This record gives sequence, structure tokens and C-alpha cells, in this order.
Amino acid sequence: MTDIAHPLAPGASWGSGEAAARRKKRHARQTRLRFYGLAAITTALSLLAILVGSLTLNGYRAFVQTHVAVEFYIDPQYVSPDDIHGGNWRNVVRDSVAGLFPDLPQAELRSAAQILTNNTPFIVRDRIMGNPELVGQTVTIAVPASDPFDQLNKGQVRRDTPEDQRRVTDRQIALFDTLAEQGRVSAPFNWGLFFNADSRFPELAGLAGAITGSFFALLVCFLLSFPIGIAAAVYLEEFAPKNKWTDLIEVNINNLAAVPSIVFGLLGLAVFLGWFGLPRSAPLVGGMVLALMTLPTIIIVTRASLKAVPPSIREAALGIGASRHEVVMHHVIPLALPGILTGTIIGLAQALGETAPLLLIGMNAFITSPPGGILDPSTALPTQIFIWADSPERGFVARTSAGILVLMGFLITMNAVAIYIRQRIERSW
Amino acid sequence: MLSNVLLAILALSCIAYAVGLLQARRFAATDQGKLHSRPVYHGAFVAVWVGVPATILVLLWLLLQGSVIDNLILSTLPASLLEGASTADRSLLLAEIKNVADGQLFGEPRPEIREAADRYARWLIIARWAMFVVAVCMMIAALFLARSRLGLRFRARQGFERVVTVLMILCSIAAILTTMGIIASLLFEAWFFFSMVPPSEFLFGTRWEPQIPMRPDQIAGAGAFGAVPVFVGTLLIATIAMLFAVPIGLFSAIYLAEFASERMRRTVKPLMEILAGIPTVVYGFFAVLIVAPALRSAGMALGLPIAPNTALAAGGVMGIMLIPFISSLTDDALRAVPRSLREGSMGLGATQAETITKVLLPAALPGIMGGILLALSRAIGETMIVVMAAGLIATMTFNPLDSVTTVTVQIVTLLIGDTAFDSPKTLAAFALGLVLFISTLGLNVIALRIVQKYREQYD
Repeated sequence: MTDIAHPLAPGASWGSGEAAARRKKRHARQTRLRFYGLAAITTALSLLAILVGSLTLNGYRAFVQTHVAVEFYIDPQYVSPDDIHGGNWRNVVRDSVAGLFPDLPQAELRSAAQILTNNTPFIVRDRIMGNPELVGQTVTIAVPASDPFDQLNKGQVRRDTPEDQRRVTDRQIALFDTLAEQGRVSAPFNWGLFFNADSRFPELAGLAGAITGSFFALLVCFLLSFPIGIAAAVYLEEFAPKNKWTDLIEVNINNLAAVPSIVFGLLGLAVFLGWFGLPRSAPLVGGMVLALMTLPTIIIVTRASLKAVPPSIREAALGIGASRHEVVMHHVIPLALPGILTGTIIGLAQALGETAPLLLIGMNAFITSPPGGILDPSTALPTQIFIWADSPERGFVARTSAGILVLMGFLITMNAVAIYIRQRIERSW
Repeated sequence: MLSNVLLAILALSCIAYAVGLLQARRFAATDQGKLHSRPVYHGAFVAVWVGVPATILVLLWLLLQGSVIDNLILSTLPASLLEGASTADRSLLLAEIKNVADGQLFGEPRPEIREAADRYARWLIIARWAMFVVAVCMMIAALFLARSRLGLRFRARQGFERVVTVLMILCSIAAILTTMGIIASLLFEAWFFFSMVPPSEFLFGTRWEPQIPMRPDQIAGAGAFGAVPVFVGTLLIATIAMLFAVPIGLFSAIYLAEFASERMRRTVKPLMEILAGIPTVVYGFFAVLIVAPALRSAGMALGLPIAPNTALAAGGVMGIMLIPFISSLTDDALRAVPRSLREGSMGLGATQAETITKVLLPAALPGIMGGILLALSRAIGETMIVVMAAGLIATMTFNPLDSVTTVTVQIVTLLIGDTAFDSPKTLAAFALGLVLFISTLGLNVIALRIVQKYREQYD
């Protein structure tokens, strides 16, 4: 500070060249600092743009899925109407694929069949299961193309790469192009992304199991953390005497909010799975662990909104004869509720994106059907993203990005609701 | 059965409420005086005494039922099956029994197992019915007891409010219970680990090879649990993250607080907060998909050997995650500096930049330091980014281009998949967790104390 305190030596003047140079230097410093600040903000925002942009570029392709329309003749020789489930569906598919390419030699049929997803027999079977009268008839079903051909159709596999560096042969490309010329290939919106459960085949893998799992886990988390959090906050803010014991609880809550999430996972593994013997991979346990993590957030937010309710309201209610409980239940909580709800939604949004603790309690298993309840094994959205990110098939890169976009969609919606409540309903005193 | 019990509790509570309410109205109708509490409180008083104890009973029952039945089943098994069985064998036996009881047969089960499975299924039904009957009896008894206490001058409101207060106290103890649960589980499992591996080896050993051979003749690492390379890796990645996040966060907060127009602040701040709201698994995927390959090709162009899962990628992406955290805490700290300091400096003729660097920043320094410590503790405890982008092998190196592993990565890799609680491999994860918990807790306590002290200074 000394150079500011003595700007002028005795005998110097503000107008001298020396002073002007000094001024210039000082202003240059100011410009530099502004520049650093702008550069920092630009860096941060461009990183955000790169992140969102690259995920969108990778993910949007997974929202459409290449399908191939095939006429399947449900041959009564392979499938009897009495035992549809046990029919020889592989042969049905094989013959239908042969029907697509009448001139193809037997030996190449196998590689032609790879254009369709591996699970084609089951897709056809499930379609016929409902209406057995279709046995003996020809049914046209649009079947998802297998991942390499899906990529080919979306331009992800380049035709000019050498044949040994891609997963489709030139011959297969020619066959696929024939199908495309016949108008059989289409790329409709990929509903399977939302309505299929996980699968080993990228073209069939969907988020249904993960979304239901996350829903159940968040439901458990909400049912536990919301009432407990509000009750704890109300007690600490409105009733608790100020003593060592309540100080301890307060310090404890602040510290819990900063404990790494994986430690909560260790707690869940050791206590809920190890000591209480609850089932692995269950949304119930996931929800319980997430509830423990969300609890401090909800308590802190609720206390802040209770504090924001002016004392005049409490005093007025006490003055006309309400008990302290009645003051809180009838007046303070209803007035603080919008703030509490905002905080709860933000806390739940954090819980929805939380991955590490769910990994430790096994919610990263490979499960091919959506859970029917909170005790069934299941995955959650972020753990599903983690599983897909680890899968080597190329199609899973797009699926992972699409899964991330879906997750971010949920998060943005939740935060938008919270902002709406904050701006429209919340009252400032 | 569970939903039946919960429905029964709900129904009986409603009935209890109605009973209390009507009873109180009847008292009020007699001409002996005024009712002390309003009838709704009589209803609520009876309802909480019926509903709350029964709910607590059912929850406790459900928590304990599993392990009690498991132990009882194990104790009825013939001694020949249990002889020399380890904990893992026992849990395998139990799993087999439960599978058979569920009707999932893999081949013909042994007769002892089948017998145990029948017993298991029978006991499960008995336990369910017992829970239902005990809960309902308890509720009916509570109903009559509570109802018998009602009267014209009965202080039902106080009684009800007392129960509510106790419930609220129980809820606020939940936070303490969580902390105690964390400490107990970590200490308990780490204790087992330290009985197999001496703490000195764990804390100061320099070889980390947790793969223990399952069979004696298997070719695998002999199992070495020196965690120093893991700690070094954690610190390396955290340092990279901080080197990245601190300047960017600090400068952007200074610009936003001091130079930016109101409009710019209003658009940039929410955008920065988006960075804070992105789930870490997304950052991890970003690191693997974009950052690591970009760094690698940049390294190739420069002739630098960059590992595919270099610490630079994980640390850099973690830095992006921490930018909004540091910038918002710096913003808070700058905002808390009293106006008079700023105006005094400007009044003496200092430029804005001089005011910031020579007055505001020194005054806000404790708050900023606290924020940086909190960010450091986050960087150490961050899991998903490093699980996806950092390496698995513990190498002792300070070279940011190499691949290193971290405490959280090791915890996840040691515990993913099936876990048996008696191998040092599993238990090592809890020892690492204990170290992680203690170090982040220490950082948080220091940081919160600094921030709080500093706030008091200017309040």
C-alpha cells in the first residue's frame, strides 16, 4: 500500500511524464486483471459448452434406431399354436431371412442374419404370444437392426475404411443396401430407449429398468428424508434449548453435509447389507443411503426457511393463545413450506445424480427386467450410465450419451420446478 | 404382509382418532364444565399412542427378523454341515436354503438343506403372522389404555404435543446416529483389517497389491497392503484439480463481483451453477470420451508419452467440477468485506484493481482459504470421475502424465461385485474409507472454523 500512500515525491507534479507513466502502469494492471477475469469466465463457459456439446453430438443419434421391416412366415412346422413359447423361433427367423435374399447361397445366410438383432427370435415370439391365430400366416415386423448396421445406417461406420478395420464386411454392406433399396430400412424414434430394460446388445438396451429403479430409490429417499428432515429442523430451530447437546447435533449436521458420498456407500454396505441383511441391489437400500445423504441438505434448507419467517407472526399467534406447537404447525411451517419444498427438490436432484454409494450396494448389476418393487434388484439412472460407459460395444457410446441426456433432462426439470416455486410462490418478508 | 400391517396401523390409528374425538365430544356435551383440550387433540392423543409405538415395533421387527431367522436356521443345521465352515461358507449355505425355499432348484438339494428350507419357509410365515398379531394386539391395548385416560379436564393437547416433541427429538438424533453408524462401521471393519495387516504396514508401506490368491496354487499377487502409493495418487490428482480450479474460480469470481455488469452477472452465474449441478458420472464419461483422447493425441503431437488414463485427465475434469464451488465461495467472501473498506481505498485514489488486490483480497483471504480447503476435501473424496478416468494400478509417481490410482478408486474396485466380509481385500476398503473419512472430516472442520471466525470478524 506504500506506493499508493506516497504518490508524489516532493517537488514532483501530477503532470510530469514520470507520473503519467506510473498512471499508465497502474491502469495497465487494472486492464490485466479484467482480462484474467474474462479469460477465466470464458474458459469455464467454453468447457461447459464443450461438455454439453460433445454429449449432445454423441447422444442424439441414440434417439433414433434403425429398424428393418421383415415378413416372417410363422411356419406351423416350427411353431405349434399350443406351445408358442417353446417353438423353434430360430428357424422361423432363419427361413424369413432366406426369404429376404432368395439368391443368397446357404453359406452366407449366417452373415446376412447378423443384420438383424440377435434377439430377433424372441421379438417375433413375443409378438405372436398374444395372438396365436397368427401361426401359419405371414407377419411383417420392423425389427431393430444390430448395432454395426445401426452405426452404418447413421454414417458412424464409414464405407471407405478398409474392410478389416470395421465390423461389417463389404458383402454385408451390399446386402444391407439391397434391403435399403427395397424400402425396408427405417429409422424411427427410439422408444426402446425408454421402454426396454438393459441388454447386452446396444440396439435393444434401454433405460426402463434404470428409470424405475431411480424412481423407487428416490421415492424411498423422499419418504424418509422429508419428514425426518423437517421434524429435525423444526425441533432444532423452534424448540431445542441452546446447549452443548444441540450444538453437537448442529456441528454434526454441517459436517455430514460434507462427508464424501462414497463413505455413505460404505455405511450402507456394512450396516444395511452386512448387519441388517437387506437384499443387495435393491432400490430400498439405495433410497435409504440416499436419504442419509439428503437429510443434512433438507435440515439446513428447512432451518433457513424457518428462520426467514418473521418473529411477528409467531408473536401474534402466541398472543391470541396458540401453544408453541400450534404456532409452528399452523403458521410457521405453512409459510416456510415453499422454501422447504425448493430445498427438498434440489436435494432430491442431487440424490438422483449420485452414483458412488449405489455402486457399493450393488445397484450396478446387469438386470434385464425393470424392478417390480423396492426389494427387487435394479439399477439406477447414473449407475446404468456407468455400466454402459464401461461396455466396449461402439453403440453403447451413443447410448451412454443419450442416457446422460435423459438424466440431465430429469435434473433440469426438477431444478426448473424448484426455481418456479422459489420465484412464484416463495414469499420474501 | 408388510403392506397389510401398515394398512392395519393406518386404519386403527384412524379409528383411534375417531374414538378419541367422539369421546371428547361426549364429555363436552355433559354439563359439568369446559373441556380442557379441544376434541381434535383427544383424537390425536389416542391416535399417536396407537400408531407410533406399533410403527416403531414393526420397523424394528423387520430390521431384526432377517438376521434372527438366519441365525436360528444355522443353529438347527446338523453339526456335520457346519463343521469347519467359515463365514463365507455359512452365507453360501443360507443362500442355498433360501433359494430352495423360493423354489429355485439347481439339481436335487441335499436332504438336510431341503429340511432346513422347509423350516425356513415355515418360520418366515410364522414370523409374518406373529408380527401382524403382535402389532394389532399392541394397538388395541394402547387404544383402550389411552381412551381410559381421557376426561373433561384431561390435558390431551399437552399429551399429544409431548409425543410429537419426542418424535422430533428422535428425528434430530438421526443425524447423530448416521455419524455414529459411519464411524462404527468403518472402525469395526477396519479393526478386523488391522488385525490381519499391521497399521504400520498399511500407513507406511509402499507396495499396494490387494489381489489375494483365492487358492494356494493360484498365480496372483501375494497381497501387499502398503497404501502410500494410493495416497500419493490421490494427492496428485487433487493437486492437479486444485491447480486448475483455483485460478479460474478465483478470477471469475473477482470479475463477476467487481467488474461485470448486472446483466452479465445475471447470465453468467446460473451458467456456472449448471457446472455444479452436473452429476459426477457425467464428468467421468466426459473425461474418458473427450479429454483423455484429446490429451493423448496432443501428447503424441508433442512427443510426450501420455498414459491412456493419465492423472491429468481425471484431475483436469475434477478441476472443472470444482470451479463453481470455488467461485461461489470466493464470491461470498468478497461480498462479506464491509463497504467501508472498499470505499476508503477508492477514496484514497486507488484503482479498482489496486482495491481488489491490496484491500479486498487480503480481507477476504480467510474466507477464500476456507473455500479452497472445502474444495480440496471434495477433490479427495470425489469418486466417479476417478473411477472412470484414473488408473487401477498403484504406482508411486508424481508425474501427472502417468496413470495413478486414488483411495476412492481402490474402495470401489475392492468392493464391486460379491463381497465377503472376512478377506483382507474387502476389509482394506474399509480401512481406506476410514482414512478418507478422517482426512476429509479434518479438512472440513478446519475450513468451517476458518470461515466462521472470519464471518464473526465483520458481522
